[in-house]
Amino acid sequence: MKKLLLILISSLSLFATNLASANEGGIIWDKAPNNTNDLASLQHGAKLFVNYCLNCHSAAYMRFNRLKDIGLTEQQIKENLLFTTDKVGDTMKANIDPKQAKAWFGANPPDLTVIARSRSSHAGSGGDYIYTYLRTYYRDPSKATGWNNLAYPNVAMPNVLWELQGERHPVYSKEEVHGHEEEVFKGWEQDTPGQLSPEQYDQAVGDLVTYLQWMSEPAQNTRVRVGVWVVMFLLCFTFVAWRLNAAYWKDIR
Amino acid sequence: MAEFKEISPDASNGEKLLNWVDNRFPLSQLYKEHLSEYYAPKNFNFFYFFGALSILVLVIQIVTGIFLVMHYKPDAAVAFASVEYIMRDVPWGWLIRYMHSTGASAFFIVVYMHMFRGLIYGSYRKPRELVWIFGCAIFLCLMAEAFMGYLLPWGQMSYWGAQVIVNLFSAIPFIGPDLALLIRGDYVVGDATLNRFFSFHVIAVPLVLLGLVVAHIIALHEVGSNNPDGVEIKATKGPDGNPLDGIPFHPYYTIHDILGVSVFLLVFTSIIFFAPEVGGYFLEYNNFIPADPLKTPLHIAPVWYFTPYYSMLRATTDVMVNVLSIIAALSAVFVVLKTAMQSRGKVITVVGVAVLIVLLKTFDAKFWGVVVMGGAVVMLFFLPWLDHSPVKSIRYRPTWHKWLYAVFVVLFIVLGYLGIQPPSEIGTLIAQVGTIYYFGFFLLMPWWTQLGEFKQVPDRVTFAAH
Repeated sequence: MKKLLLILISSLSLFATNLASANEGGIIWDKAPNNTNDLASLQHGAKLFVNYCLNCHSAAYMRFNRLKDIGLTEQQIKENLLFTTDKVGDTMKANIDPKQAKAWFGANPPDLTVIARSRSSHAGSGGDYIYTYLRTYYRDPSKATGWNNLAYPNVAMPNVLWELQGERHPVYSKEEVHGHEEEVFKGWEQDTPGQLSPEQYDQAVGDLVTYLQWMSEPAQNTRVRVGVWVVMFLLCFTFVAWRLNAAYWKDIR
Repeated sequence: MAEFKEISPDASNGEKLLNWVDNRFPLSQLYKEHLSEYYAPKNFNFFYFFGALSILVLVIQIVTGIFLVMHYKPDAAVAFASVEYIMRDVPWGWLIRYMHSTGASAFFIVVYMHMFRGLIYGSYRKPRELVWIFGCAIFLCLMAEAFMGYLLPWGQMSYWGAQVIVNLFSAIPFIGPDLALLIRGDYVVGDATLNRFFSFHVIAVPLVLLGLVVAHIIALHEVGSNNPDGVEIKATKGPDGNPLDGIPFHPYYTIHDILGVSVFLLVFTSIIFFAPEVGGYFLEYNNFIPADPLKTPLHIAPVWYFTPYYSMLRATTDVMVNVLSIIAALSAVFVVLKTAMQSRGKVITVVGVAVLIVLLKTFDAKFWGVVVMGGAVVMLFFLPWLDHSPVKSIRYRPTWHKWLYAVFVVLFIVLGYLGIQPPSEIGTLIAQVGTIYYFGFFLLMPWWTQLGEFKQVPDRVTFAAH
C-alpha cells in the first residue's frame, strides 16, 4: 500500500513538473484580454488585422462578410477593409505570393484563421501566446530581419508593428539560481518611442488578439448563448423526469 | 409460424391495423419480448444507466455523422478546409461538428463505465459469456472507428497519430511492412489513406458495429440482465411465471433511463456549448494546424481514450522484454516444482516457455509493444473463463478483492495519464508496473479469484424502495 502511495505521489509530482516546463524555450505568457463580446474592440482588432497581418498572412477559411457578426455593415466592410479586387463574400487571402514569402522570410507565413486555437497549450490560451508574442519583439542585428522575439526565439517574422511600438530591448540581471549564475529577464527598456505609448500599444495588441480569438471560432458567442437556454431547458426536463420516475417507481417494493 | 388471427369487426381502426401487421410481422411480439414483458431486475444502480446511454451516443454519432458527410470532403487538399467550412459557413454546422467530436469522447466514457460495471458485478459469467464477447467486439470496433475518424479532420495530430499507429503494424515480423503499406495505400499517410479511412469510418465499421449491437442486445434479452447482487432473478419466479425480483423494462426502466439520459445530456451539452475542447483533451490544440507531412510535432499523443493502451505500448522497452522473459521462466519453474501436472504437461510447459523466451529476445521490443497493446484488449474476450470466483458480484467477494479492483482502476487511469505525457524515465517505470499489474490481474484470475472468504449470496436481490 505504501509503495502504491509513493507511486501515486511521484506521478503527481511528475504532473507538477510538466506544468512548470510546459512553456520551455519561451517566457511565461501574459494573460490576454478576451472580450469577444466587445464589438468596438473587435472592430479595431479587425482593422489592425487587415492593415498589418493580411499583407503576408491569409485567413483562408474566414469570409469578409462574416465581419457583419461584429457589427460592421457590408458597405463598411467594402469601403474600409477590402482590397480593390476582392468581393465581400471572398475569404481573406494574403497579398503576398507564398513563393516570394518563402524566399524572403525562409518560411511560409502560416494561415491565421484558427491560429488562436492551435497555439493553445497547457501554458495558456492561444490568445495569451499571441498577446505575449506580439509584445516581446526586440532589435537583434544578428538576425536577417533585424528582429528577434522572446516568446518565439529566432522567429522568421519581423516586428511589423514596430511603428506603433517603437524599438525596445530586454533587460536582464545576473542572479544566483540553484547555485550558478543565470541571466534573468527583468523587463523592457524603450530605445525609440513608437506612435503609441506602451499602454496604448498593449491595448491595440489586445484588440488584435481579441479579434484573432473571435475569428478562430466566430460562432463562439452564439454557442454560449444557445447553451444557456439548452441547459436551462434540460434542468427543467431533468426535474420532470425525476418526479415522473418517482411516480412510476413508488409501486415497486 | 403463428396462426392467422381474425379480429372482431367492432375493433377500432388502430387495432385492425396492428392485427394486420401482426399477421405479417411479429411487431407486438417484439414489443413484448424486448420492452413490456422483458423482466429486468429491480435493483439496478447508477452503473446500469450506461448501457442505454451508449445506445443514445451511438445514435447521436450516426445522425450527426450523416450530416457531417454532407459537407465534409475526404481529400487531403481540402479536408481541413471543409471542416472549417462546416464550423463557419454551414448553418449550425459548428453544433453538429461539436456533437460529433464530443460524442466520440462521450462514447468511450460511457462504454468504459459500462465495461467496468460488467467487470465488478460478474456480468460476463455463465450464461452471459456471449453478451460479454459481443460487447468486447463492439469495443474493438469502436476503437477502429475512433482511430479512423480521427484522421478525417486532417490536422497535425490526425496525420501524425495515424502515421505512428500505422507504423506499429510494420513492426510485425515478416508481413509487417507490406501490411502497413496495405493499410496506408501509400508509403506515407496521404490522400489514399484518408479516402480509405473515410470509407471505413462512415460505412464499413458502422455496419459491423450496428450488427454487433443488435447481437449484444438479442443475447442479453435471451439470458436476462445480471444485477449488482449477481443473483439470477429467473431462479425465483412468482405464480405468473415472471421473476419475483423482475419488473417490466417498459415502463419502469424506460422512465428510469429518461432520467439518466436527461442528466447525461446536461453534462454532454454543457461540454458542447461551454467547453468543446475540454482543455485540449476532446479536441487537441495541435489539430487546428493543417496536416504537414514535412513537420513532425514535438510530442505526438493519441486522444485520451487510447492512452492507457498507448502507455502499455511505450512501456514495452528492452528492459521490459527482459522482465517478461524472467516472469515467463519463473512461471515455468513454478509449474514444474509446485503443481501436480503430469510430466508430459510439464515438458510441454517448459518447451513452450523456452520458445516464448527465444521469440521475446529475437524480435524487436517494438513488436512486443504492439503485442502487449493488442493483447490488453484481446484479453478481455477471455474474461468469462479466467474468473473462477464462486460468486459473481464484487459485493460478496473478500474485501481484498475490492482492493485489487480499486488498484486496477487507479493504475488504468494513471496509464491513461502517462500516455498523454511526453515519455520520461519515471513515467515509463510506472507504466511498466501498471502494465504488469493489468496483465497479472487478468492472467492470474484463475488463481486469485478463488482465494479468500466469500460472503453468503442471498436468494433474492437486495432492494430498498425509492
